[in-house]
Amino acid sequence: MNTKTSNRINELFESNSKDVLSVYYTAGFPELGDTLKIAQYLEEAGADIIEIGMPFSDPVADGPTIQESSKKALDNGMSLRILFDQLADLRKKVSIPVILMGYINPVLQFGISKFCAECERCGVDGVIIPDLPMAEYLALYENIFLEHGLKNVFLITPQTSESRIRLIDKHTNSFIYMVSSASVTGARDLLGNQQRKYFERVQNMQLKNPLLIGFGISNNETFKAASSYSNGAIIGSAFIKLLQTATNLKEQIKTFVKDIKA
Amino acid sequence: MSDIIKNTIEKSRYTVDEQGYYGQFGGAYIPEMLYPNVDELRENYLQIIESTDFRNEFQKLLKDYVGRPTPLYYARRLSEKYNTKIYLKREDLCHTGAHKVNNTIGQIILAKKLGKSKIIAETGAGQHGVATATVCALMGLECIVYMGEVDMARQRPNVERMRILGAEVVPATCGSRTLKDATNEAMRHWINNPLDTHYIIGSVVGPHPYPDMVARFQSVISEEMRLQLEQEEGRQLPHYVIACVGGGSNAAGAFYNFLGDEEVNLVAVEAAGKGVNSGESAATTALGKEGVLHGSKTLLMQTEDGQVIEPYSISAGLDYPGIGPMHAHLFETGRVKFVNASDEEAMHAGVELSRYEGIIPAIESAHALAALEKMEFASDDIVVVNLSGRGDKDLDTYIKWGKY
Ligand SMILES: Cc1ncc(COP(=O)(O)O)c(C=O)c1O
Repeated sequence: MNTKTSNRINELFESNSKDVLSVYYTAGFPELGDTLKIAQYLEEAGADIIEIGMPFSDPVADGPTIQESSKKALDNGMSLRILFDQLADLRKKVSIPVILMGYINPVLQFGISKFCAECERCGVDGVIIPDLPMAEYLALYENIFLEHGLKNVFLITPQTSESRIRLIDKHTNSFIYMVSSASVTGARDLLGNQQRKYFERVQNMQLKNPLLIGFGISNNETFKAASSYSNGAIIGSAFIKLLQTATNLKEQIKTFVKDIKA
Repeated sequence: MSDIIKNTIEKSRYTVDEQGYYGQFGGAYIPEMLYPNVDELRENYLQIIESTDFRNEFQKLLKDYVGRPTPLYYARRLSEKYNTKIYLKREDLCHTGAHKVNNTIGQIILAKKLGKSKIIAETGAGQHGVATATVCALMGLECIVYMGEVDMARQRPNVERMRILGAEVVPATCGSRTLKDATNEAMRHWINNPLDTHYIIGSVVGPHPYPDMVARFQSVISEEMRLQLEQEEGRQLPHYVIACVGGGSNAAGAFYNFLGDEEVNLVAVEAAGKGVNSGESAATTALGKEGVLHGSKTLLMQTEDGQVIEPYSISAGLDYPGIGPMHAHLFETGRVKFVNASDEEAMHAGVELSRYEGIIPAIESAHALAALEKMEFASDDIVVVNLSGRGDKDLDTYIKWGKY
């Protein structure tokens, strides 16, 4: 087993380790057929990583915005089967790293092996499954993930102990998702003192993996602030809010990304 | 607990293992944001609840405040009707009207020992919410209860009881707006408030160690049954124990101390709603597949794509798409037989008990009673039905149903 196999995520951080912007959106939202189109627009607009949400009926780690986009996507008929159909041509159209994010139950029902094989076939680089416990991942799934060249991304929070962060760092070969505060997903405007202290503490741990900060990053100001303590940041709810009302996806996504990165 | 009882359970294959699993079910499928909270509990719960300190306080409150032991009542007229010996374990006589308070007393003492100052809970029928609001008033802790909007309407008296007791009741407005959605909201609240808050889960569901912890607190039910049967019948073991299952806490408590005694037939009754195949049901073992919800791997009603199916039952307390992982294991191993009762059957059984014994049961408990009709007993069989709660909260539903 070679845990060192490099993929697009590793290559990205080798060439660019500052102000990396990762953007999250829900597959099949606002319309069922929008998934791939939005990925293309994001790449064209200058995003560095794309996180595609696999909608679930009971997203306990998500705030109202992503709850609503998930519900809409499911009402639109989104499923893993359809998502992998939509992503069949992903690598003809998109060259930046793509990560799937979602809850474990739909993945288990799809079948872990089949899921990993489909990810590999479509050129998906990594997976974030917040409710997949590390112990289960290591015991049951790590080998399958690695066989298919998939990187598993773990979350850490302000309450995660130093020893656990070190353990997560050891079992990661992509980046660590640093949740900005004790909270579910959702856009907020400010990064407080507490958060800055936590960012500094983790920054000083000199981990081997890059860090991206997510949850509550919503605009240029929070993006820049978060990036100053890490390799970049992840925007989700704020982007979903744009999608909810966008009339010209291509143009508005371009402006959104430009403003964030400015 | 007597040593004899303790040995039979600990030797049994049905309690939780070191990793938090019951066979293939259980575990702690939680996002990292909840890990420190759940880990703190896991690290401390056994040591705390087995300490003399804790046990003294727990037992004293169960006795003086809850009113335990609850009677094991020989239901003479019901027994004649079914031509067998039926006992009712009277959890309906607990303070606040259901078994739920056994668990909330245990968890509130635990929360205090962990230094938590705020309590959150989810509730379906409102019994767990009331039991939580009650112990929070007792201990002077802040209390927020999440409840589905649909349930708030059908269990109105309990909403007001919680408010009188000083709790804030927050409606869950997503999904089916019932117990599942209230649980989602409570988990989100806990993610947002990890340090000072303890989440009192109301059934044997959730991530390890909740199912084990709640089962232990409820196990007083079967501990008393054994001692009471010894007195009444000169034997500790009945032939049957019957209990309804929503998440499964009253059933877990009623079964717990009999798990190692394979000769005792344990029967769990799920809510069939309008019929198992009607599309409006909550009969999890009949309709569910292995899956992950609310922190544990268990049997779950879900679509082929792994989306959770909205359950339905006339009874708010049974209106849940899963069962606790312990029950999933008891089902898979065949140790517990699972049957189900429809809305209609349960309502009839509820009225029947009212007419035969002068006891109006909670509609949840009426599901357990409805199983009597479906089973064959010998005339000298000892059958214990766990009467998990009283029907006061359900008067509206009885009235709307109207056939009495
Ligand atoms: C009286 C009563 N019985 C049973 C239940 C179902 O819960 P459990 O299956 O955890 O006992 C409830 C839940 O609200 C209840 O109020």
